[in-house]
Amino acid sequence: MLQILRSDKTVRWTLFGFFVLAIAGNFMPTWVQNNLMFGMARGLAVLGLMVLWRTGLISFGHALYFGIGAYAVALADKHFGVSDIFVRLILAMGAAGFVGLCLGFILRKYRSIFFAMLSLAFSMVLYGVLVKVEALGSTDGFSVSATSILGWTPESKYTLFCAIIVACATSACMVQYYLKTGLGALTTAIRDNELRVEYLGYSVAKAIHFKYIISAALAGASGAMMAMALGQVDPDSMVNWTVSGELVFITVMAGPGSVIAPFIGGVVFEFLRTYAFELAPHAWQLIVGGTLLAIIFFLPMGLWSLLERIWVRKGSSS
Amino acid sequence: MQLLITILLDGLTYASYLFIVSVGLTIVFGVLKILNVAHGAFYAWGAYASAYAITYASDMEYADWIGFVCIFLAAAAVGLVLGMIIERVILRHMYAQDEVLIALATFGIFLILEDVILLVFGVNPYFAYQPMALLGRIPVGGISRDVYSFTLMALACIVAFSCWWGLTRTKWGKLISVVIYDREISQAMGINVSMVYLIVFVIGAGLGALGGAYVAPTLSVAPGFGIDVIVLSFAVVVIGGMGSIPGALIGALMVGILRAVAVHKMPELELFVVFAVMAGVLIIRPEGLFAPAKARTI
Amino acid sequence: MRKQFTYKALRSAAIASAVAAAAMTGATAQAKDTIKVGVVSFLTGPAAGPFGVPGKNGAELIIDAINKGELPAPYNTKGFAGATMDPVYTDEAGGNSKQVAEYRNLVEKQNVDALIGYISSGSCMAMAPVAEELQKLTIMSVCGTPRLFEEKLRSVVFRTQGNAVGDSIAAARYMTEMFPDLKTYTGINQNYAWGQDSWKFYSLAMAKLDPASKASSNPQFPKIFSGQYSAEISTLSLDKAKVVHSSFWDGDIEAFVLQALVRGFFEDKKFVSVVGASAVDSLGKKFPKGVVMGTRGPYGLLTRFDRSRPLNNWFVDSYKARYGVYPTGPSYQYAKAVLYYKLGMDKAAAMAGKFPTQDEVVAALKGMEFESFGGSVKMALGGGHQAIHEVGYGITTWDKEKKAPSATDVKFYSAECINPPEGTLAADWLEQGMPGAKC
Repeated sequence: MLQILRSDKTVRWTLFGFFVLAIAGNFMPTWVQNNLMFGMARGLAVLGLMVLWRTGLISFGHALYFGIGAYAVALADKHFGVSDIFVRLILAMGAAGFVGLCLGFILRKYRSIFFAMLSLAFSMVLYGVLVKVEALGSTDGFSVSATSILGWTPESKYTLFCAIIVACATSACMVQYYLKTGLGALTTAIRDNELRVEYLGYSVAKAIHFKYIISAALAGASGAMMAMALGQVDPDSMVNWTVSGELVFITVMAGPGSVIAPFIGGVVFEFLRTYAFELAPHAWQLIVGGTLLAIIFFLPMGLWSLLERIWVRKGSSS
Repeated sequence: MQLLITILLDGLTYASYLFIVSVGLTIVFGVLKILNVAHGAFYAWGAYASAYAITYASDMEYADWIGFVCIFLAAAAVGLVLGMIIERVILRHMYAQDEVLIALATFGIFLILEDVILLVFGVNPYFAYQPMALLGRIPVGGISRDVYSFTLMALACIVAFSCWWGLTRTKWGKLISVVIYDREISQAMGINVSMVYLIVFVIGAGLGALGGAYVAPTLSVAPGFGIDVIVLSFAVVVIGGMGSIPGALIGALMVGILRAVAVHKMPELELFVVFAVMAGVLIIRPEGLFAPAKARTI
Repeated sequence: MRKQFTYKALRSAAIASAVAAAAMTGATAQAKDTIKVGVVSFLTGPAAGPFGVPGKNGAELIIDAINKGELPAPYNTKGFAGATMDPVYTDEAGGNSKQVAEYRNLVEKQNVDALIGYISSGSCMAMAPVAEELQKLTIMSVCGTPRLFEEKLRSVVFRTQGNAVGDSIAAARYMTEMFPDLKTYTGINQNYAWGQDSWKFYSLAMAKLDPASKASSNPQFPKIFSGQYSAEISTLSLDKAKVVHSSFWDGDIEAFVLQALVRGFFEDKKFVSVVGASAVDSLGKKFPKGVVMGTRGPYGLLTRFDRSRPLNNWFVDSYKARYGVYPTGPSYQYAKAVLYYKLGMDKAAAMAGKFPTQDEVVAALKGMEFESFGGSVKMALGGGHQAIHEVGYGITTWDKEKKAPSATDVKFYSAECINPPEGTLAADWLEQGMPGAKC
């Protein structure tokens, strides 16, 4: 595995990029760090969606796992005082992955709009429960206490920032490895022709199921990081269908081109929203929606394709 | 018994409202194969336009029944203007794309339209209670009910009947069925498919707007209230079968009555039941309870 | 070629991060003649019209007046400890998590010196831990859940508005005094901190004040901003209970009133609204007569034409002149929070003999007593961070002469009559039968 990773250009670039970011983060003001953290955290869920999207599936319900991850952190914190980042992440990914495993048995038979709709239905079931049950915080949600690492509670957010970067880099490399090998390599083949994949002796249902679990666990980790970075969870900003919509939006904006793209997309989205909100508080949705349309029309392969084009042009001119 | 009648009437009221809102969504999906998230924005625009017109008419001291005229004019205007612009300027260029991607584009349209409402109508809520107040109330099952909600049921029946009649008994309806069946061949036969699409989309948008326009008098029409409607109408449409009009009717009835039972008996489950039923139906019958027969294209 | 490519990418990355870092770290130095304060209220969404915008207007009016030194004496000193306030108006809509992110942006990006605002109890509960983490002075102006200071003592968070305990006990006292024959009650409240607490303390207080009273087994808790209450109204109508308690606010109260009114709901039931006075103003003559209405303090509907004192008269007149309508509850509440901040700044400056630091301002604010528009406010609870003040109820009517809504049988309950003493949890105090209440 290590050898494959070492020889992979994307992996090297990813690690290098995240490393630079972690160093640069130390010199950035806290608000930039914050926005980067939110963007990276969201990027992790988008990475999972991208894996699904490469097989041609778009889920309109990944807020389900995002929410499970976030609420796992919040509930464990509230009832058992769990503040360790590793325990929190494992809990969130475990819970989300487990639910993904169960629902995957059903969802793996569905395609296109039906897949999207059934995912949406599942996520809205969770939303319907959360907003109405007082013990789960109803529309208020909970606040989440500061995160500790092996018993040490760091003063500044920079530690969490680095931890999130490490988690994102690890996930990106593992997904890259997965996409290159075994079942993962079937990703685009499934999108193009399922029947042919079956004839080759592989089980499409199993492959999709596995990808679904991966994407669920990633979305769970993403929700957990969001909860830790923000210090707050609530159903309207974490489980409602608009959240799923945003995740899909970032996926399309980022493009399926590379495992780095989701993180770039997440960060761009976060800054886009922050500035749109600051410059035009009455029209920030208009700016976000307009960007979405522009991307769909003019950059169907997302921001990543734009970067590729620039690099290719630069590379060829020099 | 009292409770039963009350639950039934509450359920029917809510179902009628859901049906009017979702029938436009299901028609658009059936013909254009577009899952239109912007439908919630048509609903909101309809509500705003009608509330604005009714308040204006009331300020001008016209008779209260003018309010009803305003409702239908507002719905028609929103359907025509917004429906036309969106179909011609944006969606027309997208029909070749993946269904889910189009849905995402309509999500973008939804976000834009939501904010344009703020820019056009401002943030203050509108109260257009005149039509509802005009009709008064009657006692049914031991409690007073507003007559307006009964007219809502009547309107739902009229809409259902017109859709059925329009699709099965008119030339246009037959054209539409042909286009649903096979787009390419109908085009080859000389049918103006692009025109059919436009008309269907405008009708769908108009129905969404009508839903908003008709409930506007019962609400404080305020920013942001299209959001919940979208998922609710999705649930209705999916339960009944996407693209099916009787399906939308059944879906609306199921959701409406279940919700009414929940509110009376177990208020915590109010939202849960709607989506649990949606998921359940999708699991058992992915095509929905009343999916229209699909043409094989191979 | 590949080497060159790597080098180029590296170089541009390095330049970009250097430029970004330079742009972002500069300019945090604080001039003493202006202060920047975030003023947060609903600018979009259903709560904007009835709460957010009147609140923002109230803040804007008094900030301008203080900057120019135009408030009536004794508040006519210019500025906040001499500094002019530069307010940053921000939207409270969009859910708690988005608000937490916005809060961080205001503090860490815009470098505000303090924050004033927050209407929803949900926002307040979510913002308090962040305020503590970032140690930024935050004065909550409207929200009402008692959990804010009962769960934890806060060091930099203040609230100039009395909490739901006072509002609910006052409502219960009013009902037992004015309608002793109505023994059964039910409620419709929004399903979040504010609605849950309002109902909880109203039922606790009713049980103590009139042991013969009986709560319904089926009170309604719809989601906030649901808008359609047809089925809920049916449930409440079928309920035998005579009194219906509600802490609805924002657009929900208007929607509920419109839907219930046409069904004759207010003729069959005695409706007690803790904070619905904004609907009385927006619906005007349409609003039903005979509703028991609270304003969460000495302002708005209940005191519009009395309580003549220079500050109150100035506020009502200039607000009416500037915005064309009378100020509502949130307008007073935001103005009160700004006034409190000014008094704290001025006091701290006088004590320190120079422009005060945040710690000095916090010390000055703690436990302060001051005269606000309609009456006095004491920062008595939560270690001197939570205000108590009188709360009143009245019965809605339409004043034909003034062509404006008004209230009859107005009764005010003193702060000590409806709030527990410092150090006692409200629920315990109610259990013990409210010992030491001074009415």
